[in-house]
Amino acid sequence: MGEVKAGGHLDRRAVVNKLLEGRDDLLVVTGLGSASYDVMAAGDHDHNYYLWAAMGSAAMVGLGIAETQPEKHVLVITGDGEQLMGFGALATIALRAPNNMTIAVLDNGHFGETGMQESHAGRGIELSKVAGACGFAHASKITELDGVEALREAIYRRDGLTLATIKIKAENLPRVLPPRDGVHIKNRFRMAMGHQPI
Amino acid sequence: MNLALQGNPAQVDWQEDVYRVLKNHDVKHIAYVPDAGHSTAIRRAEADNEMTSIVLTTEEEGIGYLAGAWLGGQRGALLLQSSGVGNCINTLALQQMARFPLLMVITMRGDWAEFNGWQNPMGQATEATLRAMGVLTWRADTPEEVEPLLHGAATMAYNGDSATALLLGQRLIGEKKWVK
Repeated sequence: MGEVKAGGHLDRRAVVNKLLEGRDDLLVVTGLGSASYDVMAAGDHDHNYYLWAAMGSAAMVGLGIAETQPEKHVLVITGDGEQLMGFGALATIALRAPNNMTIAVLDNGHFGETGMQESHAGRGIELSKVAGACGFAHASKITELDGVEALREAIYRRDGLTLATIKIKAENLPRVLPPRDGVHIKNRFRMAMGHQPI
Repeated sequence: MNLALQGNPAQVDWQEDVYRVLKNHDVKHIAYVPDAGHSTAIRRAEADNEMTSIVLTTEEEGIGYLAGAWLGGQRGALLLQSSGVGNCINTLALQQMARFPLLMVITMRGDWAEFNGWQNPMGQATEATLRAMGVLTWRADTPEEVEPLLHGAATMAYNGDSATALLLGQRLIGEKKWVK
């Protein structure tokens, strides 16, 4: 894989702002690192669940929520590196195929948190093709902001399991840190779903 | 090369007990990587319309999944083999930091009369690594122990927002031998 296809030109914060516009009943899970900062920058919310570790787990947390909250819409926002560590999860999720779940991979083709080393995505592995091969109903690559708006509208249509790679600029923006107290974020989310702490 | 299970004839159907205890604790989600010792629970869960069964490509996927299910308001359990515990170690941080209930039922390899020495390193390290990551552990070596110990582990997981594991020993499961 000699050819370099790293990322794109979209601004990650503009992308996430667009995705979360008018977010209604949307439940959001974020992969650790920049994806969490982007979602926090767009505004904290009781319906956000931020991961700070367990790399590769964001999409599986999203699946668990999608299965238990079938009337709501679930959006997983994560990076290409985080999803690459949960590569097999795409197969697991495809078998369940919840129609209320969308995975948005912010793909800058790099491991941004650790010094911008080029990732597998940056070296030619296109995660939307992987999702398509696994049987996701919708799998696409988005390079322009109007494509992000189309994805945002599709989240609420519930017409099948979706993954989109969104090609963003490889850059580290100022960090906007979400709460780090895992118990607090958990209980806040669960209470928003109508469940009390034990 | 065929492998055959030489099970010890047991009065107590401990495999059925596993499913029944999970059901009694209102478990709605079974995430698993298959093992012969879990076959009854998996088959029963797959046939149970009130349970969602999730087959995983690797065990740590189950930790994320069950965290999500708990966020959505439902209980689950993770069924795995001892070798899969090694795959879970880093992901257990999610449980420790968020403190959601995580019940693991683990069939042991590399534990007793193991024919495949390559199973021994992880089998011998299973309980120690779980404990190192803050998981409460028990082990069952006889059929009669399975039901009370699993009930105890489930109670402490769901009432204590804890990670708990029941190890099902190889003496319980039965010796696996090479068969020509």
